[in-house]
Amino acid sequence: MYNFSFRPVIANFDLLLSGALLTLGVTVAAIVLGFVLGVLCAVARAIGPRPLAAIVAGYVEAIRNTPFLVQLFIVYFGLPAIGIQLTALQAGIIAMVINLGAYSAEIIRAGIESIHRLQLEAASALGMTRWQMMRHVVLPPAIENVYPALTSQFILMMLASSLLSAIALNELAGRAVTLESLTFRSFEIYSVVALLYIALTLLFKGLFRAIGYMSFRRWRRLGQSGAAR
Amino acid sequence: MITDFGLPAFWLLVKATRWTIYLSLIAFVAGGMAGFIVALLRTSRSAIVRNIVAVYIQIIQGTPVLILLFMAFYGLALFGIRLGPLVAATIALMVYSSAYLGEIWRGCIEAIPRAQWEASESLAFTRWQVLRHVILPQAFRISLPPTVGFLVQLIKQTSVASLISLIELTRSAQLISNATFEPLKTYLAAAAIYFVICFVLSRYSQTLERRLNVSR
Repeated sequence: MYNFSFRPVIANFDLLLSGALLTLGVTVAAIVLGFVLGVLCAVARAIGPRPLAAIVAGYVEAIRNTPFLVQLFIVYFGLPAIGIQLTALQAGIIAMVINLGAYSAEIIRAGIESIHRLQLEAASALGMTRWQMMRHVVLPPAIENVYPALTSQFILMMLASSLLSAIALNELAGRAVTLESLTFRSFEIYSVVALLYIALTLLFKGLFRAIGYMSFRRWRRLGQSGAAR
Repeated sequence: MITDFGLPAFWLLVKATRWTIYLSLIAFVAGGMAGFIVALLRTSRSAIVRNIVAVYIQIIQGTPVLILLFMAFYGLALFGIRLGPLVAATIALMVYSSAYLGEIWRGCIEAIPRAQWEASESLAFTRWQVLRHVILPQAFRISLPPTVGFLVQLIKQTSVASLISLIELTRSAQLISNATFEPLKTYLAAAAIYFVICFVLSRYSQTLERRLNVSR
């Protein structure tokens, strides 16, 4: 019979918390930069010159059809071969931004396509340039329409950041691995770490709902019904 | 001893790919069966059952696959259950798939108009008969594109099994990269192999979606 002992986990809980904090930090950085990259790519595909749109489409397909772990290894182990030496933290964040940028681009593109043609015709009748149209007429409702899908993708990225432990970064999963090799209390450690990840997931969900509520006027008017979509 | 990354090394990668495919298929079939049960329970008439399954889904979807994998591989070993990497990876990916497929399929079941339930019940069908003859055949059709889409996610997730030393595509890329000192070429080659498999499936999923939309 196995005796559970959570004592080593509790004794080293500050270690796990610092790992959770790093997970939070890299995820927020990746979300902010990845979202910006995603918007730029989606706009480039919508109104950019054709070669640029094709390059962006290739980037999106390449990223979406290969594992994040392999992308991470290419950035961290592969790039030094062409003279780009990165720390684990830099490589981790760059890989996350590249990955999230592609997924957000695809989601935002779906949002852009959901905007009715008549709105574009109305905007061009007002003499708006293509960029002004994007900025003022298309993007705000497009992002609002796909906001729930976008935030799920952000949360998936937070969970995928656990793979940064494979390049020896001390985020939450990395701390768990370290602690496991020190104490051999695998089951206890990984179940507590799973709970911490679930807590982070719920934290992000609440945060995104609050941001959505503050950003989209329609949500405030409709109350929960908009947010529940 | 391999000295540089050439065709022989690439061939090793291609051969390792079959483990990626095996693992994906086993996890997909096992996860699909578990996911089917999850979807049925999630649409059950009992609110208690629905809520318990919702919590299960919340827990699995809130935990990284890596942690599920470590729990299966290192965690269960402590109870005297020694699992090889292949079995541990299968269990972890099955649990992962059951939650995501369960949610996808729940959506497909709920997409069938409620009036059809009522019509079937008025014909004195039992709940199982309604599902079997009316709801599931239609839900199955709708579920095809997202299910193939999820299979792509699953194939990519199998790369995580490399971290418990299952010698699938990613792990053998690691080994070859260590032997050749050419990580860039090696990992790009591995990425290319994943890309070929996943891109074909992604396209197929899009085709299915278009075809179903036209006929609706």
